[in-house]
Amino acid sequence: MPALELTHVAKHFGAIQAVSDVSFTLEAGEVIGLMGDNGAGKSTLVKMIAGNFLPTHGKIAIDGREVVMHRPVEARRHGVEIVHQDLALCNNLTAAANVFLGREMRKGFGPFSVLDYAGMYKRSAEVFAELKSETRPRDLIKMMSGGQRQAVAIARTMLSDAKIVLMDEPTAAISVRQVAEVLNLIRALRDKGITVVLISHRMPDVFGVADRVIVMRRGHKVADKKTADSSPEEVTALITGALEKAD
Amino acid sequence: MSNIEDAISRQETTLVTRLLTSQAFLVLLAVLVASVALHFATNGVFSSDRNLFNITRNATFVGIIALGMTFVIITGGIDLSVGSVLMLSSMVCAKVMNAGYGIEYGIAAALSAALLVGFVNGVMIAYLRFPPFVVTLAMMSIARSLGMVTSQNTTISKFGPDHDSLLWIGGGSLIQGVPNPVLIALTLCAICAFVLSLTRFGRYVMAIGGSERAAEATGVPVRQIKVGVYMISSLSAGICGVVEVAWLGAVTTNLGAGMELQVIAVAVIGGANLAGGSGTAIGAIIGAMLIEIIRNSLGLLGINAYWQGTFIGSAILFAVLFDRIANLRRDG
Ligand SMILES: Nc1ncnc2c1ncn2[C@@H]1O[C@H](COP(=O)(O)OP(=O)(O)O)[C@@H](O)[C@H]1O
Ligand SMILES: [Mg+2]
Repeated sequence: MPALELTHVAKHFGAIQAVSDVSFTLEAGEVIGLMGDNGAGKSTLVKMIAGNFLPTHGKIAIDGREVVMHRPVEARRHGVEIVHQDLALCNNLTAAANVFLGREMRKGFGPFSVLDYAGMYKRSAEVFAELKSETRPRDLIKMMSGGQRQAVAIARTMLSDAKIVLMDEPTAAISVRQVAEVLNLIRALRDKGITVVLISHRMPDVFGVADRVIVMRRGHKVADKKTADSSPEEVTALITGALEKAD
Repeated sequence: MSNIEDAISRQETTLVTRLLTSQAFLVLLAVLVASVALHFATNGVFSSDRNLFNITRNATFVGIIALGMTFVIITGGIDLSVGSVLMLSSMVCAKVMNAGYGIEYGIAAALSAALLVGFVNGVMIAYLRFPPFVVTLAMMSIARSLGMVTSQNTTISKFGPDHDSLLWIGGGSLIQGVPNPVLIALTLCAICAFVLSLTRFGRYVMAIGGSERAAEATGVPVRQIKVGVYMISSLSAGICGVVEVAWLGAVTTNLGAGMELQVIAVAVIGGANLAGGSGTAIGAIIGAMLIEIIRNSLGLLGINAYWQGTFIGSAILFAVLFDRIANLRRDG
């Protein structure tokens, strides 16, 4: 049973056909590279899976069951988490505080309950260890590198037992050394059986970490291949349109 | 497992460096150094019981409101209405007691009036998305005007059957040697420190100041929390209003005029950042002490009172400069 299945999914914004007739299936623990030029429809596609937009046509199924998600919280309930490009973290708080933001652990009971600092430090340290990240729970976000910030954002998704993690250009604005760190985070997610959809413009990222690559052009899916059977040259040609469709 | 414990205990900065770069701590040092210097410079007049009592009492009034203001400033907001709310609530308290009701009615009415003003501020800022500066500027005008309407521009100095109980709140000492206003300020400081660092509400207040968008995205009830902080700010002004009328034994319509700027100055000197995201309860109290010492010492040293504003303004600029330097070091 596929973790995620899209059948003939389309999204129109008025006259603009952002996504047209896209179908694919993802297995648990699979890493998919989603590539395409600016405006190809990648973000729109991912936002439908994350519950930001309802598809105009087509169906989305998670674990074999069709789902209709009107809001991001509904997608989260189905185990879908999205890591936004700008990460949405609080710079003035610690890594642990950010990981637990909105679902703080508390001890005591009723009106007498207080934040469980020790519990949250411990749990987030465990998650960072699972992610093989050097990130320390008590460090402030504002003192962290881009890679560590990614780790914090991804740790958030792990806490909620996500089954599908969507990442929209996580490596767009960070240094090469930090990119390696982020790719390691993605491998750690995969090893836990989590399905990862990685939007990226960078060939080395996709060919380094993804099992499959899906190429979008002007709203259409033009390729869906194992990375092992493809090459950066072929994908580049597919993105630009020099190659009409993959065989 | 030992790896994890290691990661938890390790930190970029040690406790000592964090203390040394904490603004509240440095301001406290400044307070202590200034006190010692002033003790010698004034041949002990500065440290006389009477003078210390004056400083403490004045710092107390500003400090109580600065506690509430700190919540607002942490979220990145501002509350210009506190001086007027102080006057409105002391007027309501005085009027109710003057009409023959007991002290509990006077206090309840005063604090309710304050909370109502804070609620209106908060709703307009959080739900209608009006800028805090504009909303509270308008409320500064409205609250003072309502206070004047309540008083019919007379001075009230008779507080009905519980007259003496009210004056005891301002002038007495529940604990030997500690004036009640000081006790109230310290208690409120402890409560605010607890709320800010140990409750979920406090965590959300900090989060909103750090990134309102991030807070929203993670499901923090941003709008409710914002209404909450403006109610806290107003409530602190209301409490101060009651304490002040109890101390002065009379309410006039110019009570608390211009106080909002003093309170904001105190909060900023104590480490609250007007851009949001930082501030502490203890900082608010220490900031109030520093400002009061500056004002007091200028008088004792025979420096023309016109210089006061220059010194206090410089202290504010120093606080901001310090904040910049601390941040530069972190980013660099
Ligand atoms: N909310 C929206 N309203 C209208 N048009 C949109 C909206 N979001 C995206 N589009 C349009 O849909 C197309 C695909 O955009 P997008 O999914 O962001 O592409 P990509 O992420 O691949 O760069 C673009 O033409 C874009 O202008
Ligand atoms: Mg995009």
